[in-house]
Amino acid sequence: MSFRAQVLLWTAQRVSAMVLGLCVVAHLATMIYAVRHGLSAAEILGRTHGNYAWLAFYMIFVAAVAIHAPIGMRTIVAESFGWRGALVDLAVLVVGVALALWGWRAALAVFG
Amino acid sequence: MKNDFRARNHPAYWAFIVHRASGLLLAIFLPFHFWALGQALNGAQALDGFLLWTQQPLVKFGEIALVALLAAHMAGGVRLLMLEFLAWRDWQKSLLAVAAGVSLAAGLAFALNVV
Amino acid sequence: MSLLRVSVWRGAEAGEFRAYDVPRQESQTVLDVVTHIQRNIDPTLAYRFACRVGMCGSCAMNVNGKARWTCRTHVADVAIDGVLEIAPLHNLPMVKDLVTDMAPFFDKMARAKSSFKGSRTRADEFARVMPDSPRRKEVDAAIECIGCGVCYSACDVVTWNPEYLGPAALNRAWTLVNDVRDVTNDERLAAVAGDAGCHACHTHMSCTERCPKRISPTAGIAGLKRAVAAAVLKGRL
Repeated sequence: MSFRAQVLLWTAQRVSAMVLGLCVVAHLATMIYAVRHGLSAAEILGRTHGNYAWLAFYMIFVAAVAIHAPIGMRTIVAESFGWRGALVDLAVLVVGVALALWGWRAALAVFG
Repeated sequence: MKNDFRARNHPAYWAFIVHRASGLLLAIFLPFHFWALGQALNGAQALDGFLLWTQQPLVKFGEIALVALLAAHMAGGVRLLMLEFLAWRDWQKSLLAVAAGVSLAAGLAFALNVV
Repeated sequence: MSLLRVSVWRGAEAGEFRAYDVPRQESQTVLDVVTHIQRNIDPTLAYRFACRVGMCGSCAMNVNGKARWTCRTHVADVAIDGVLEIAPLHNLPMVKDLVTDMAPFFDKMARAKSSFKGSRTRADEFARVMPDSPRRKEVDAAIECIGCGVCYSACDVVTWNPEYLGPAALNRAWTLVNDVRDVTNDERLAAVAGDAGCHACHTHMSCTERCPKRISPTAGIAGLKRAVAAAVLKGRL
């Protein structure tokens, strides 16, 4: 991978981190609010069903995580096991795509 | 010869360990989280069935831990973004204390509400 | 007269710690201890030193796990219960006993384009750099590096990522990136970017923790990250 591509990876990780900073604050606040008096499907789905704002939020959240986590994992496997190279980059890309697809599926699942 | 805990025993390094460990654990947790939420596709009862399972004390404890990990990773990440993108200042060390405090607060708030 | 129990690394990659009993003295430094062993107990012990007054950085070693200048390390500050462990600097090929091969350290300095290149000749006017200008202040905070290798030894990313240029090389590059007279900064930023460059730093800050000149390579590396990102986004790299 060229150094330019590596710089773009780093930049993508930092930019997705900034997006996630906002998403996670919202997610934590929602969680802390939602678990009061117990959690139920009705309570969750009542909030997210047919709600385009929540759908948009979760889809952006998932996209940011799907970019952020694999780049982090690439660094961890390189530093912990010495695994580097095109094959590792491909594996990590596959993980990112899988996270995005699974996550968007979940977001759509609660949207209904 | 490698550096051991004697060389690593300082605050910024602990912050790194927390950040890396929390990131890794959260990444491993994510697919499970997406699967659980995807249960809603099978209807509200399927989701409720899963939520019932989460009432167990051990699972509750796991949830509190996950929330703490998420808050810690986010707070540590915000600290790193500030260190990397803002010009260096002498109060960098205090950032660490603030990050630790914020994550603890978030974890506690969740724990007090979920129990 | 009390005795110090001193463990010293003998050999190279294949080697072991050997124990020596050294008389304790007042105001004794770790360099005094090593010198005593070599002169009075075992003349085959190999070690480096030069100025012995904290100016050259030649005596850098690992003392009780931490990289430091042995001439400026008082035994009283580090010997817990009269026990000392002395090893060579980490992350460098071992030559013999406490001596490491510094070549990879200086090779990485060169790879980070750590030498100045200006455009003026003796026929031109002097360049004017105000001492209180923001960029000169950045240079001042980082310029006192004497290339002792302590930060390089302390850095775990150097251990985990053999190609990583390391804190000293990147710190030196930072001083030149902020030198308004230097004309090769686009090449320099390209040289310090990427997985082997500034972007591999995880802000452990072990370098800052250990630097005997109180430099913070982490600060300079963060600056390089910003400079590289800006250059790439502007299409200069």
